[in-house]
Amino acid sequence: MATADSNHEAHWQRTKGLTTTVLVIWFIFAFVVHWFAPQLNEFSILGFPLGFYMAGQGSLFAFVVIIFWFARAQNRIDEEFGVAEDADDDE
Amino acid sequence: MKGDFIQNLGKIYGLYTGGFLLFIILMAILEQAGVSPDTIGYLFVGFTIGIYALIGVLSRTMATDQYYVAGRQVPALYNGMATAADWMSGASFVAMAGGIYFGGYGYMAFLVGWTGGYVLVASLMAPYLRKFGCYTVPDFIGTRYGGNFARLCAVIVLVVASFTYVTAQINATGTVAARALQIPFGVGVWFGLAGILVCSMLGGMRAVTWTQVAQYIVLIIAYVVPVVWMSNKSGFGLIPQLSYGDAVQRVQELEALHQVGVLKPTETFAGLSALVNPINAPGETFMDKWKFATLVLCMMCGTASLPHVLMRYFTTPSVRAARISVGWSILFIFFLYFTAPALATFTKLSLLDPNLATGIIGKSITEVNALEWIQKWAAVDFLRVSDSNGDGILQINELFMRSGIVVLATPEIAGLPYVISGLVAAGGMAAAMSTADGLLLAIANALSHDLYYKIIDPQAETKTRLIVARILLLGVGAAGAFVASLKLTSILGAVAWAFDFACSGLFFPLVLGIWWKRANRQGAIAGMIGGFVSGSAYLYYVHFAGGEPWMGIDHLRFGIIGMPVSLIAMIVVSLMTEEPDEETQAMVDAVRTPRGGTVLASNH
Repeated sequence: MATADSNHEAHWQRTKGLTTTVLVIWFIFAFVVHWFAPQLNEFSILGFPLGFYMAGQGSLFAFVVIIFWFARAQNRIDEEFGVAEDADDDE
Repeated sequence: MKGDFIQNLGKIYGLYTGGFLLFIILMAILEQAGVSPDTIGYLFVGFTIGIYALIGVLSRTMATDQYYVAGRQVPALYNGMATAADWMSGASFVAMAGGIYFGGYGYMAFLVGWTGGYVLVASLMAPYLRKFGCYTVPDFIGTRYGGNFARLCAVIVLVVASFTYVTAQINATGTVAARALQIPFGVGVWFGLAGILVCSMLGGMRAVTWTQVAQYIVLIIAYVVPVVWMSNKSGFGLIPQLSYGDAVQRVQELEALHQVGVLKPTETFAGLSALVNPINAPGETFMDKWKFATLVLCMMCGTASLPHVLMRYFTTPSVRAARISVGWSILFIFFLYFTAPALATFTKLSLLDPNLATGIIGKSITEVNALEWIQKWAAVDFLRVSDSNGDGILQINELFMRSGIVVLATPEIAGLPYVISGLVAAGGMAAAMSTADGLLLAIANALSHDLYYKIIDPQAETKTRLIVARILLLGVGAAGAFVASLKLTSILGAVAWAFDFACSGLFFPLVLGIWWKRANRQGAIAGMIGGFVSGSAYLYYVHFAGGEPWMGIDHLRFGIIGMPVSLIAMIVVSLMTEEPDEETQAMVDAVRTPRGGTVLASNH
């Protein structure tokens, strides 16, 4: 029981670590980047002013990537600690 | 048979998509053959609604887990599509590009907020709620914290938030139906409701899931095709989303030329606005940045607490599938959202550029008034050309439009064939119907499962429960249509309020229920009531009582008041009262571990 508990505890620590990382990246693309939009507009990317690009497309794309990456990373953690669901639970 | 259906999803929806494309081609041929535009609009809306109704009827069910969570067997990818349709409302489809057209950079806070919220859904909420195995969001609150009162508080917040939202959606279906079928708005609203109910009445979540997938396919085709067409016509290639950067730069030059933001309108017309905000002028002051950030935050936390979104992730086969499904959802949403600013830009370019045949700013008023699309949209009060300064020339501050027109009229502004307008009408209808379906179901399920079954009559039989659920669905829908027909708020205002209500009352009780073991019933109740009441009171103060917004927090952002109150109330009260019992703590541990089946029994 003690080992099951400590395994659970270790799994939760890693999960919390991953979640924190995700939220930090999220915070940057959600708030920090747009705070500096006027400055970013000095630069251009694909022909767009960068500040406009980030609000209209860049941050959105970053969110898509973060979520897929998070899903994979969390799965790896679950498998490592033996708490993932069986493969045939999907579909 | 059911297993067969799930295994053959790819084939079935592939055929469906092919069939829809064929239908569009057929309509194009009919248009060439001289069939009237009205008939084509009629066929588009009628045909698509007919298909959804058919799916709805075929998916009827009398099993509770099918009715409430689609049997928890919706594959991640399809759940992603269904969520995208569930999510993208009339506001996203009809109003968003128009919002960017009129609001410029500031409006793009909605784009960022409504996508970034999914990061919170994926990392903080969806997988854990899926593991919990609840049927509804209040089901989680009620079981995690225990007691009927906590459950009831969650039901109330859910109903207020979702109901605010659903009236806006029924309003949107009414608007589109009225336009496409040439019927009065009041009738259109009830017609829209009938379409929505056929999809959800008989099959609950199961039926809504499979119609939403079908609706996503229609709405994304309807949104992207006109933009690609228009971009190709004006020389920006087939992937406008990547290539409209130059168009943005050109629009900035044209806006300077036409003095956008300098020339202010001197007249006002109800519901119509003139263009005053340049496309790319992020504010330099602290207040501008603060307003952008606070709107983003409210929309994000609202996303992560709106029950009709969260409950979509209860339907996946596993916790792992729930996580990846959030990824698919946001990818499918992204396809529309990164197209919206492109559409707004091309529309601006079409109207402002004197070198294009479509450019009207700077032309003579008589010439503009002679245009067919101007006459048509002016006739239904979507647009008005007014020569305010009497010089006979149309200036930027003399063209008044409703924001929805940017999506709905774009095909005509750019001179595309009418078949495209019919397609857009079908897409707008799909977007508004799918969201209304999800919302009505969220409300009716909370009332039938949490209020009726869990609180009022725990002995009720399955059959009675499902009949009550359907009667409630009908009742809530009728109430929504009635309120929508009164036209109390604009579509966008009501949508933003729904997010603020949800994040004020539910965000922290949900997050802390998973992430803070010490959170207890008293704390959660304090958090829900404190956040919801303070947020609502502030909304009343700032929007209805004519109060001065504090720190620029206007009625679109009242979650900024509700959320901290909710958080502080929840923490303080939790710490002042006893910690949750061991059973509850073990339940939280189980929620955090994917393996081992749901916490609640499958037929609770």
